[in-house]
Amino acid sequence: MDDHVGLWDIWRAPLLTWIGLCLLLATTCALAYVPLGQGNLPVSLCIAALKATLVAWVFMRLSEINTLNRLAAAAGPIWIFVMFLLIGADYFTR
Amino acid sequence: MSSDVFLRPPWEDLARQHQAVSFGMWVFLVSEILLFSGLFAGYTIYRSLHTEGFLAAARETNIVYGTVNTAILMTSSLSLAVAGNAARAKSYLLAQRLLLVTMLPGTLFLILKGLEYREDIERHLVPGSAFALPQQGAALFFAFYWMMTGIHAIHVSGGLAALGRLVIASRRDTAWLSGSGSEQATALYWHLVDVIWIVLYPLLYLAGRNYG
Repeated sequence: MDDHVGLWDIWRAPLLTWIGLCLLLATTCALAYVPLGQGNLPVSLCIAALKATLVAWVFMRLSEINTLNRLAAAAGPIWIFVMFLLIGADYFTR
Repeated sequence: MSSDVFLRPPWEDLARQHQAVSFGMWVFLVSEILLFSGLFAGYTIYRSLHTEGFLAAARETNIVYGTVNTAILMTSSLSLAVAGNAARAKSYLLAQRLLLVTMLPGTLFLILKGLEYREDIERHLVPGSAFALPQQGAALFFAFYWMMTGIHAIHVSGGLAALGRLVIASRRDTAWLSGSGSEQATALYWHLVDVIWIVLYPLLYLAGRNYG
């Protein structure tokens, strides 16, 4: 092993992220049984987006890659946003 | 073996080649995300048209399997992320072991998914003439359920094959963990499979739980 990198350095960020993911999983599962009316779907999707961002930022090391690769990664969410904006155009303008 | 044997034209050094691997993988992963987005869009439209049927059908999915499988995939992502850190710290033995460990929850995910599918089939939750639920739109929900989870399971299988290849190659030569870019590409793919399941989970397992 590299002398400058200890075992805790290897584990720290992924382990803390995994604990956060588990807490968010427990939260979203519990909230599914709480009557929030129209709010259940947005809440569960927001928690899913937060979990996905954690995985991308830490596990997929989005925080460490260069700007070009970040732009390539951002293309997915951007085009999904555009697609859902167009799909919802009728709904939102009624 | 030196890492330089993994250097391919047109790149002049491994650092640039690794950047290209990362760029190429992200472009590929975005195409995968857009494949699933088409299904998400269809789900959204049909759910808005048949809200009651979708919520009633979603209550019939097995939330225990769904939740446990979510935790399992997240745990596999943890071990793979640590394997990557270990490889970068030149702790190759730890990295090899953690790659193998990552395959165990991945395999367990598929086994549990198979058990869940068996239960779904026994409960007549496959759209068709014997479909169990009377609500309008319920069959559509399960069409999306089978399609989305089926395509996802194929991706998990592909990820396991890629991990297995990396485990075997790295046992022959640890340079596969440092110089080839294979660890980087495999990890990105596996984590995306995790991300897609994270989005599928609320759509297929959490919807309709406080309803009726």
